[in-house]
Amino acid sequence: MAYQLKLRIWRGDKDGGEIKDYPVEVSEGEVVLDAIHRVQGTQAGDLAVRWNCKAGKCGSCSAEVNGKPRLMCMCRLSDFAEDETITVTPMRTFPVIRDLVTDVSYNYEKAKELPSAELGPRDADGKRRMAQIDVERGQEFRKCIECFLCQNTCHVVRDHEDNKSAFAGPRFFLRYAELDMHPLDTHDRRALAQEAAGIGMCNITKCCTEVCPEHIKITDNAIIPMKERVADRKFDPLVWLGNKIGIRTKDYDGRTEV
Amino acid sequence: MAVTDTGVRGPTRARIEAKTLRTDRWWLSPLLTFLVFSAFVVYATWRAFVGADYYASPYLSPFYSPCLTDSCTEGSSDFGQPFSWWQLSPALLILIFPLGFRMTCYYYRKAYYRAFWLSPPACAVAEPHKGYSGETRFPLILQNLHRWFWYAAVVVAAILTYDVVLAFRDEHHEWGHMGLGTVLMAINVVLIWLYTVSCHSCRHAVGGRLRHFSKHPVRYKMWTWVSKQNAHHAKYAWYSLFSVALVDLYIMLVANGTIDDLRFF
Repeated sequence: MAYQLKLRIWRGDKDGGEIKDYPVEVSEGEVVLDAIHRVQGTQAGDLAVRWNCKAGKCGSCSAEVNGKPRLMCMCRLSDFAEDETITVTPMRTFPVIRDLVTDVSYNYEKAKELPSAELGPRDADGKRRMAQIDVERGQEFRKCIECFLCQNTCHVVRDHEDNKSAFAGPRFFLRYAELDMHPLDTHDRRALAQEAAGIGMCNITKCCTEVCPEHIKITDNAIIPMKERVADRKFDPLVWLGNKIGIRTKDYDGRTEV
Repeated sequence: MAVTDTGVRGPTRARIEAKTLRTDRWWLSPLLTFLVFSAFVVYATWRAFVGADYYASPYLSPFYSPCLTDSCTEGSSDFGQPFSWWQLSPALLILIFPLGFRMTCYYYRKAYYRAFWLSPPACAVAEPHKGYSGETRFPLILQNLHRWFWYAAVVVAAILTYDVVLAFRDEHHEWGHMGLGTVLMAINVVLIWLYTVSCHSCRHAVGGRLRHFSKHPVRYKMWTWVSKQNAHHAKYAWYSLFSVALVDLYIMLVANGTIDDLRFF
């Protein structure tokens, strides 16, 4: 059943902008991105919007719908009352380029700062082996589609632009944790996570987990375990004492601090 | 618009005056958290300082267990009175451990950073603070001591379990009896244990810190079980907070004669 949606979209660029009304006809079963495309096709041909797969897998159409960070393609209109006004704005943590498109290069800069996996030597037969249960733990983190909604909602950078240089953000703590749990990686990233990536800035208020469209338990399964690993290295007198008297933890044997 | 604003109204961001465009009742959850926590803090502070009506034989309030000073009510010191020099309420001597455990708890941190410090009040709602350094500096860097409070919390939970065993006596310390106080204390200690073992530091210690689960099958099983409990950590945090206050309230009312303990046998 078609109805008239009261849609509002932020239009503008880095010099300024405003939220404008775009009443548009929509149908049952449609998503916010469908409504945006209809506006683009019928009322505002110059509306800038980034999108690709329309299936929640490419991570392109990240925006804020009624103030909440969402993928527009996964945001059903049926979640809203038919007479409800829906306001769509660009992500508010990244510099705006135009309309709904933002410059997310901050994330790529942070990705560059993260050393990739450095595997140890192969087995005698030239193969590398990992047990299934050792691999499974990191699989959850590999569901990340890099939509950067977690980065967008994280108040550490959303509310404090000056923290961007010192803080990698939840998406990359996910990566730090994945690599630190990797059974074959030879890097010890704990110092890097604490110092360069600024994991101590995170106050685990869990907004990254709340907005993740892949439902990755970012805080519980990646950030907190990584914080605990940093605490092992830096804040645990028992570990320190164990090292002094020769009862060393073997968890990081064969790993080099980066 | 404040040109010096470095947050959502900063110079490079999309120019939108509102600090949030959320239309749902995002303020409700932090408000409820604020009210309930505040009520608990007021009640617990009063009870900790009052130093009276915490022992109604055989029940000892969890706020005062173990009771270790010479001001303890007769019969309440199951572990002696080694801190006889302590002049303040005996509760203050031991509450630091469960308090420290909860204050540094990963769930409570989320709850009070949001509800009390508004950092942030809710997701995608701008926080009011100009600067932010998270948990990188004193005093918040001390949150990293959570595991130490967890070790203490295990000891506290063990003592509270012992108190439940002692509660299967009557007021004359004859064994084989049970009252409503026993039931409340037993429920409380189950919730305290669930909260303690579902802790993120526990999850890390039992197996989370490992790189190779395959080389440690027993720890992997323990980690798997703790992980399941860990998913309910917030729930256990709330339930055990209520249960500990309820047990203390019940024992206080029995101790000061407001009500009689309901004895089953």
